[in-house]
Amino acid sequence: MRYVDEYRDPQIAHALAGKVAATATKPWVLMEVCGGQTHTLMRYGIGDLLPPGIELVHGPGCPVCVTPLELIDQAIRIAGLPNVTFTSYGDMLRVPGSHSDLFAARANGADVRVVYSPMDALKIARDNPHRKVVFFGVGFETTAPANAMAVWQARREGLTNFSMLVSHVLVPPAMRLILESPANRVQGFIGPGHVCTIMGFREYDELAREFHVPVVVGGFEPLDLLEAISMLVSQLEEGRAEVENQYSRSVDYQGNIGAQKIMREVFTVSDRKWRGIGEIAASGLVLRDEFAAHDAERVFNLAPLSVKEPAECISALVLLGQKKPADCAAFGKRCTPMTPLGAPMVSAEGACAAWYQYKRHV
Amino acid sequence: MLPGTNTNVMSETLLDPALFVCPAPIAVRDRIVLGHGSGGRLGANLLRDVFFPLFSNPVLDRQDDQAILQFGGEQLAFTTDSFVVRPLFFPGGDIGSLAIHGTINDLAMGGATPLYLSAAFIIEEGFPMETLQRVAASMADAAAAAGVSIVTGDTKVVERGKGDGVFINTTGIGMVRQGIRLSANQARPGDIVILSGSIGDHGTAIMASREGLEFETTIVSDSAPLHGLVADMLDALSPNSPGLRCLRDPTRGGLSATLNEIAAQSKVSIEIVEKNIPVRDEVRGACELLGLDPLYVANEGKLVAIVAPEAVCDVLAAMRRNPLGEDAAAIGVVGSRHAGLVTMRTPFGSTRIVDLLPGDQLPRIC
Repeated sequence: MRYVDEYRDPQIAHALAGKVAATATKPWVLMEVCGGQTHTLMRYGIGDLLPPGIELVHGPGCPVCVTPLELIDQAIRIAGLPNVTFTSYGDMLRVPGSHSDLFAARANGADVRVVYSPMDALKIARDNPHRKVVFFGVGFETTAPANAMAVWQARREGLTNFSMLVSHVLVPPAMRLILESPANRVQGFIGPGHVCTIMGFREYDELAREFHVPVVVGGFEPLDLLEAISMLVSQLEEGRAEVENQYSRSVDYQGNIGAQKIMREVFTVSDRKWRGIGEIAASGLVLRDEFAAHDAERVFNLAPLSVKEPAECISALVLLGQKKPADCAAFGKRCTPMTPLGAPMVSAEGACAAWYQYKRHV
Repeated sequence: MLPGTNTNVMSETLLDPALFVCPAPIAVRDRIVLGHGSGGRLGANLLRDVFFPLFSNPVLDRQDDQAILQFGGEQLAFTTDSFVVRPLFFPGGDIGSLAIHGTINDLAMGGATPLYLSAAFIIEEGFPMETLQRVAASMADAAAAAGVSIVTGDTKVVERGKGDGVFINTTGIGMVRQGIRLSANQARPGDIVILSGSIGDHGTAIMASREGLEFETTIVSDSAPLHGLVADMLDALSPNSPGLRCLRDPTRGGLSATLNEIAAQSKVSIEIVEKNIPVRDEVRGACELLGLDPLYVANEGKLVAIVAPEAVCDVLAAMRRNPLGEDAAAIGVVGSRHAGLVTMRTPFGSTRIVDLLPGDQLPRIC
């Protein structure tokens, strides 16, 4: 299949892995930031191709995983209100809040629908003027422009029955948190290719300089990741700490200016709580006041919730790259995709779920 | 079946008891969710917790796709399936032909020649007569083409809003040849796993034609009756040969669910080889786009055979002479590593687990 098979060629993969082995003279710890990258690494068993000294740790870049419990609980509350149609990407439906999930809300009679784009939710609002249609606006910078466009369009059309429950998070502040931690082990980052398609990679220059850590913006196919790993190992061996772009077929330095413009117009940066990690300053997006009429938190004016995460779950340490899923006492026993204690076990992109599905006792 | 329920498919032995030491509350559902009908772990739990303990008997406890009943010297195969497809008409078929093929295939997987079917309809008030006629005509054509007769039936009408157009249940009876005994508990280490053709066609055809996901594609459902292919496979073996151990059609839950069921029921491991599994380019493309894995996507005209090594050449040759098996391939081998574990060798030479999904495969966020 064109545009796919050329990035999955086993011979080139082995050649790239051989190059890494020939370059590396000492062990290095690398983090892939994105959940999609974790998924590919696991699915193709790329860790097995690399020399044993190269350790890959999984980053916080799974949007489903880092959406705070409180917000899932709010989503379930909103979905259960009369006359509400709650729309979401599919994999958010199975994420447990503190005691339930959106699937259960649907089984209890709530109108919860899976959509593939916020524009689909907008269409439902247009077609059902008497229902309050809410879209669960989750994700990193990648999904922010489309969500911004949906809100912008709703205001332009005067669709007062459309609102968004926003849980947007930003990658660079999370990377900074990882690097500032005294327990940090990460020596190089595979940068988030989709996020950088939108934002460019200007923002990462500062991190690379300040913490003297190399960042290689990487794609999501096996050869993308192997090439990014090879570039990182070369930088580390040579003592360089630069931002390089492996994913140049999608990413450039400036990013998508039009997308950034609509994001800035609709959203503003705010502090944001990350599930399993806690509050990170200036790490999220919220709707600007001009769009308050489409902000579900304000429209439904729900009392804030405070909920505790399961004490046994070490998702914070997993998301920050300090522990591997298998280091958790509950992993594969009390915590499985059927019985997730924490969000990284829920999404296919979550580090724990990927480990469970692909690596458990192989 | 796509979101249907088939009560004689799953095994309780496929569940690792270690997973249930301390279930978090979310797995214990006090209401049915859609995932209970998906062919994943939730569905298996439903059978294990509700139906098997109450209905237990030696025939049911075999947990195959069909019951095998002994009448004097004769063996009858007996099965039932309900069909709740949306949209009702899709590229390559419709709910009517699917309801015929699905039940024929459940009989055929027991090595049976299908003979008689029942057809029961639950119809929603307001359903267009013309559409019902088209569905019924499609059933008649599919039954005639397959050489089976619909000999009894039932209709019920429910109030508007209490159904989704039309639901169909078909029940089937077939005759199993003397000496044939196929079951998912018969796979042995060293056996070979054969797949009759490309996977994922039906599920992607349905998804591509669903509301809200319109993308243009040439993918058509593989819905087809497989009893002719099965007869060719049985003919290729000498009478009473134990060379064919087990047949399963990988419907709901896809190839992954079927292999996991066989591995669990036979208490063996199965290793498959990714590059040997046929997947059409269009299906791969659609799955890439939607973030789905073809291993978990439903098929309606494919079968998985577990075959003794000495019979592989004969069975494969017979399959490839039949148009429904022309792409048949040996895709893996049965082992004895971890009972119930299915793994896949990737094109990169690494190995990964092919697990059951908890519920439906969910399109990923980005």
